[in-house]
Amino acid sequence: MSELEALKDLADHIEEELGEALDGFDILHGELCLHVKRDKIISVLQFLKNDSDCQFKQLVDVCGADYPERLKARFEIVYNLLSVSMNNRIRVKIRTDEDTPVESVTSVFSSAGWFEREVWDLYGVYFNGHPDLRRILTDYGFEGHPLRKDFPLTGYVELRYCEEQKRVVYEPVQLTQDFRVFDNLSPWEGMTDIQLPGDEKAVQPAYGFKEPEKVPENFNREDAKGRR
Amino acid sequence: MDQSAQHIEISEETHIKPYTMNFGPQHPAAHGVLRLVLEMEGEIVERSDPHIGLLHRGTEKLIEYKTYLQAIPYFDRLDYVSPMNQEHAFALATEKLLGITPPPRGQYIRVLFCELTRVLNHILNITTFALDVGAITPALWGFEEREKGMEFYDRVCGARLHANYFRPGGVHQDLPAGLAEDMLDWAENSMPKVIDDLDNLLTHNRIFKQRTVDIGLVTEEQALDWSFTGPMLRGSGVAWDLRKSQPYDVYAEMDFDVPVGKTGDCYARYLIRMEEMRQSLKIMKQCLENLPDGPVKVDDRKVAPPSRAEMKTSMEALIHHFKLYTEGYHVPAGETYTAVEAPKGEFGVYLVSDGTNRPYRCHIRAPGFAHLQGLDFMSKGAMLADVVANIGSMDVVFGEIDR
Repeated sequence: MSELEALKDLADHIEEELGEALDGFDILHGELCLHVKRDKIISVLQFLKNDSDCQFKQLVDVCGADYPERLKARFEIVYNLLSVSMNNRIRVKIRTDEDTPVESVTSVFSSAGWFEREVWDLYGVYFNGHPDLRRILTDYGFEGHPLRKDFPLTGYVELRYCEEQKRVVYEPVQLTQDFRVFDNLSPWEGMTDIQLPGDEKAVQPAYGFKEPEKVPENFNREDAKGRR
Repeated sequence: MDQSAQHIEISEETHIKPYTMNFGPQHPAAHGVLRLVLEMEGEIVERSDPHIGLLHRGTEKLIEYKTYLQAIPYFDRLDYVSPMNQEHAFALATEKLLGITPPPRGQYIRVLFCELTRVLNHILNITTFALDVGAITPALWGFEEREKGMEFYDRVCGARLHANYFRPGGVHQDLPAGLAEDMLDWAENSMPKVIDDLDNLLTHNRIFKQRTVDIGLVTEEQALDWSFTGPMLRGSGVAWDLRKSQPYDVYAEMDFDVPVGKTGDCYARYLIRMEEMRQSLKIMKQCLENLPDGPVKVDDRKVAPPSRAEMKTSMEALIHHFKLYTEGYHVPAGETYTAVEAPKGEFGVYLVSDGTNRPYRCHIRAPGFAHLQGLDFMSKGAMLADVVANIGSMDVVFGEIDR
C-alpha cells in the first residue's frame, strides 16, 4: 500500500508544520481528512495551498453537515481540496454552532464565495469577512435554513398563484396526509452498528454517530478510534 | 476617509449612469432558468450577478430521506443531459463505503455509457452554443444524431433521459441482444460523419470565430483559483482529466488522449469538446470490442437483487428481493468524497453514512456551480453579446447548479 504510506507521510508532514492548528487527522477509504481548529482555517488553507509538498491549488468544494446530537458544535464545514500538480486530494474539517461565525476563506480561494453562500443559505453558518453573503439557492425572502436536520422535509410554507391578488402568495403548508417516514429498520442480516429502540441492553453501537454525544473542547480522533 | 475624498467620490458617482439589465430567467440564451442582473455602461458589462436557485428542488435534503437505491434517480435529474455520469459518481461513492467492486462486464458497460453520454452532452453544448452565436444548422444536424444516441439509452434502460441504470455494484440489467453491434456501428460509421460535418460548419467559420476567439479569456491561475474543471480547466492549458489521473472503473485500461487548449478562450473550449467527442467514440469502440462476458452486477444478495427466475423458485431469493426494495442495504458508517469526470467537469459526491439504510448527508458538487460563479470575472469589460458566448461555452445546466 504505497499510496496509503504516501498519504501518511503527507499527513505527518502537515502535522509537523501546522502542529497547534490541528486537532488530529484520519485516513478513511484512502482519503486524508484534517480536523482543524475553527479560528485557524485561513492559515491552514494558505499553508496547504502554498507549501511545496502540498500544492492544493484548487478548492473543489465547501459544504456543511449537521450533527445536532453534538451539543457544543453541531455543524461541520468540510473543505475539499485538490492538487493538480501532485494529483492528490485532501479534506479539511472545522466545527461550529449556530452562533459562532467562521472566517471566510475567500481571500485564499476566490471560488469559496458561492460555496460559502450556499452553506450560509442551507445551514445558517455565518462567514466573517465574506464580501457578499446573500442567500443563493432558496427563494428571495426565504426563512430558515433547510438542510438543518431539524428543518422538516416538507418545509413550512407552500406557494400558489392567487387569482384575486394576481400574484404568487405563500401559505402555511397543508398536508392532506401526515408526513410519514418509513425507515423499515430491522435487525436484518448485514445490519451495521446502530441502536434499535428496545435493544439497548443487548447491543451497544460501536460507531459514534448514534451515541448521545458530548464533544469535548479538544476533541481527539485517536481516542474516538480507541472506543470503536 | 476625509471629507474631501468622500466628496470627490460622490461627484464621480453622479457622473456615471449605470444601467441595470435583467437577463432571463426566460431567455433562450440563458440555457434554462438563469436570471442575470447585469450592470452595464453602454454596451459594456461592468458587473454580472447571476441569480440562481430558480430550479432548486432540495435534492440533497430529499436524498437524506431515501434509501441508497431510491437516491439514484435524483442524480438523473441534476444535469439532465448527462444523467449516467452522475449516477456513476453516486454508485462509486456507495461502492467505496460498502467495499464492493463491480464485475468487469459491469464496469465496461458503465464506461461505455458514460462515454456515450459525454458525446451526447457535447453535441448538445456545441450545437446550442453555435445557436447562441448565430448558427442554426449545427443544432438541426446535431440533434438528429443525438436522438440516435438517446435510442441506445432507451434500449438499455427504457428511458431516453432519466436512465436510472447504474447501481452500486454494477448496472441494473445486461445489454439487450443486438445493442452492442448497433452501438459499434453508430460509433464507427454514423457519428464521426456528424462530427466532421460540425467541424466543417464551425471550426473555420469566420462568424463563429469572430464571436468566440479571444472571448471569455481564462488564465491558468484563474481557472485553478475559481475551481474550474473539465473543458473549462483544460481550455486554459491545464492537462487534467480524472479519467487519466485518478482512473475509476476500467478507464485505466483505455487508450485515449486528453485534449488541452492553449488560449483559454471560448474557441479553445469548443475545440476541446470536439476532440473529446472523437476520443469518447474511441473509448466506446474499445469497450465494445473488449466487452467481457459474465455478470453485470456483484453477486452479493445483500446488495444486488436476485434474478426474476430465481425468485420464482427460491423463498430466500424472494425475501432478499423484498428486503432490498423496502429496507434497502445498510452502508457501513464512514464518509467519502468521490468524483468523476462528468462531461462538464468534476462531478463529486460527498457521502456521509451513519450505518443505516439512508445517507446521512449527500452533498453534490456540481461543476456548473463553480463555472457560473466565474462568469462575473470572465464578462467584466466585455460586450453584452459576449456574455451569451461565455454562458454557452461554460456548458451550464440548471438542474445541477440549483440542485
